[in-house]
Amino acid sequence: MMDWLPPHADFRGAVRAALETPTDGSQLNRLAALANHRLSFLEVIQLDRALSRIDAAQSTGIAPIRVALLSSATVDQLIPGIRVAGLRRRMLFDTHIGPYGQYRQEVLDSESGLHRFRPQVVLFALTAREATSGIPVTASASEVDAAIHHAICELRVLWQRAREQLRAVVIQQSFLNVAETLFGNFDRLVPGAPSAVIDRLNMRLAEAAAEDGVLLLDVARAAARDGIDAWFDAPRWLQGKMEIAPAAAPTYGELLARIIAAQRGLSKKCLVLDLDNTLWGGVIGDDGLEGIVLGEGSAAGEAHLALQRYAKQLHRRGVILAVCSKNERAIAESVFRDHPEMHLERSDIAAFVANWNDKAANLQHIAEQLNIGLDSLVFVDDNPAERARIRESLPSVAVPELPNDPAQWVRSLADAGYFEATSFTDEDRIRNAQYAANASRDSLLELSQSVDEFLSGLEMSVTHGPFRPVDLARVTQLINKTNQFNTTTRRYTAPEVSAFASSEQCLTLQFRLADRFGDNGLVSAMVLRIDEQDRSTVDIDTWVMSCRVFGRQLEEEAMNIAVEASRDLGARQLRADFLPTPKNAVVSKLYPSLGFNRAPCDPPVEGGSRWLLNLSDYVARETHIARRSE
Amino acid sequence: MLVDRSRLSEEDILAALTRVLRDLLLDDSIVLTMTTRRDEVRDWDSLVYISFIVGVESEFGVKFGVAEVESFENVGAIVRRTKALLASS
Repeated sequence: MMDWLPPHADFRGAVRAALETPTDGSQLNRLAALANHRLSFLEVIQLDRALSRIDAAQSTGIAPIRVALLSSATVDQLIPGIRVAGLRRRMLFDTHIGPYGQYRQEVLDSESGLHRFRPQVVLFALTAREATSGIPVTASASEVDAAIHHAICELRVLWQRAREQLRAVVIQQSFLNVAETLFGNFDRLVPGAPSAVIDRLNMRLAEAAAEDGVLLLDVARAAARDGIDAWFDAPRWLQGKMEIAPAAAPTYGELLARIIAAQRGLSKKCLVLDLDNTLWGGVIGDDGLEGIVLGEGSAAGEAHLALQRYAKQLHRRGVILAVCSKNERAIAESVFRDHPEMHLERSDIAAFVANWNDKAANLQHIAEQLNIGLDSLVFVDDNPAERARIRESLPSVAVPELPNDPAQWVRSLADAGYFEATSFTDEDRIRNAQYAANASRDSLLELSQSVDEFLSGLEMSVTHGPFRPVDLARVTQLINKTNQFNTTTRRYTAPEVSAFASSEQCLTLQFRLADRFGDNGLVSAMVLRIDEQDRSTVDIDTWVMSCRVFGRQLEEEAMNIAVEASRDLGARQLRADFLPTPKNAVVSKLYPSLGFNRAPCDPPVEGGSRWLLNLSDYVARETHIARRSE
Repeated sequence: MLVDRSRLSEEDILAALTRVLRDLLLDDSIVLTMTTRRDEVRDWDSLVYISFIVGVESEFGVKFGVAEVESFENVGAIVRRTKALLASS
């Protein structure tokens, strides 16, 4: 398991050495680097012990995320795997385990330990036994459905309570199918056969989760991939009521941490592919178009084609593709144009870098060109030396270890879970069309004589309004994924965003920008709060904007709109904080550039600044963006 | 590196068990003997015990029966049982 991570030559020595180093942020860096290796479950426990001995939250200022596990089985054995998987992403988890089997009381009783813990994430890790124990093997399909419906309705009440009262992100573990076959191959044809009941339960569970916006930790899927023996160890169930085997804890933790990271915008965004011996077999510069191995007709050629097909599917779900290759650019591009078996097209690739420079420099160039962070990149290269060099020089880039045989690459890439999603929105579906359109816009920029001409040539229009229910998924995604144009980097869960939209104390604004190349979709959102003491003041709690539309005057037009909306409420001034992070320097001068003045006192955050705008003095900015009603 | 595990001595197995427990508790001062009992080692609670059993099983590629795991009276009993399982495998 975890084959995409490289092995470590001396883990025992390294973990002990890390504890000897001075207690500052570098200790966490060392442990996080260790977490990014292929570790056995014993090594994961060791690393978790080391982590608990350093005061990571204190020395790094990283705020731990409070995660509560509610279960009808023992889950203590899972905690090290969960914490180490967090560490792998530089997230710290503060965990709480509800009393064994009392998950209902914990959720429903507002005085419970769970409520006092104030979890940000609530995970329901239940066994199928409770939901299915009353279903006899003689039950008809409709009796089975009724029992399942009842069990799921009960769960939905708990989900709803957790979301509304605890304001937590709710994650539900799918039911591990530990039932042994009773009728053999005939099991699936008998509605009341235990294994058939659990399969049906999981199907209904997924439907309910999708309807309720609950995220799924799909251990059933993982067990189907790894084999049930990797996940369920009968002696451990009998000895300690552990349904998930201790040896599976590292994988379990990894799956959970992926969901939490994805929900916080930490999933990868871009797949960077090498060409020679990766997208095809052989070296195009040496072997020529006829000599490279690709496509039907040879098993090796089909393996490279399979990688292309998978990349294309990722592209269709919104992952950006890039190429980073040591090649002559014209020759490399000719393969995309002229090789009949190429599945990826040149237009699928948003950034195409083929030259003889160092790949680390090229990856930095790709990140800049796409306006995303280095930590959003996954770099796939068949060459172990290149992989090692990138891991060393750019540790924030994810570099999967690849088996020697290309036949296994798609599986390695899929197992690594880099592109974990917690939603699939219309924006994801059309994102790559937008990147392609951006390329056209960039060429327009080259043709235009001035930025002003460029902007007027774009024929832009904006539509705006408060957050509607249909916008919530995208707004939440934007609030949690945006790192650059984000004035305060406050992250909010879907229930919180929904609460803003319906609150009398808040004013919410979403902006969609269209131009003559297409609709960019919902690209900016603002949460404004009316000051409770002084209702003439409105605070800009959150303002985020997609990097795709930087420099298009949307910030000016959005401020024009925010000022109008605030005036309509009777406000006299806007107040806004800029809270710096390593990634949001792009908005450090935003408020002064929009005419705000520095407030007498700044927010209590190092480097932060507070800004005021007098609404009676504000003169609306001239922009090239027309207003359009929805 | 292939080692004929059926020939491992009790000392070798004890050393491996010691290493597993040191790793689990991240404490290199732990010294196990054939007569060490669980309650004599600080923090060797039931959760660590289960991890220890799983660790020994994966280290040597053996499986203990549920009844055995409950009845091992000291470290020596685990060493002897491991040796017997290795010899019969």
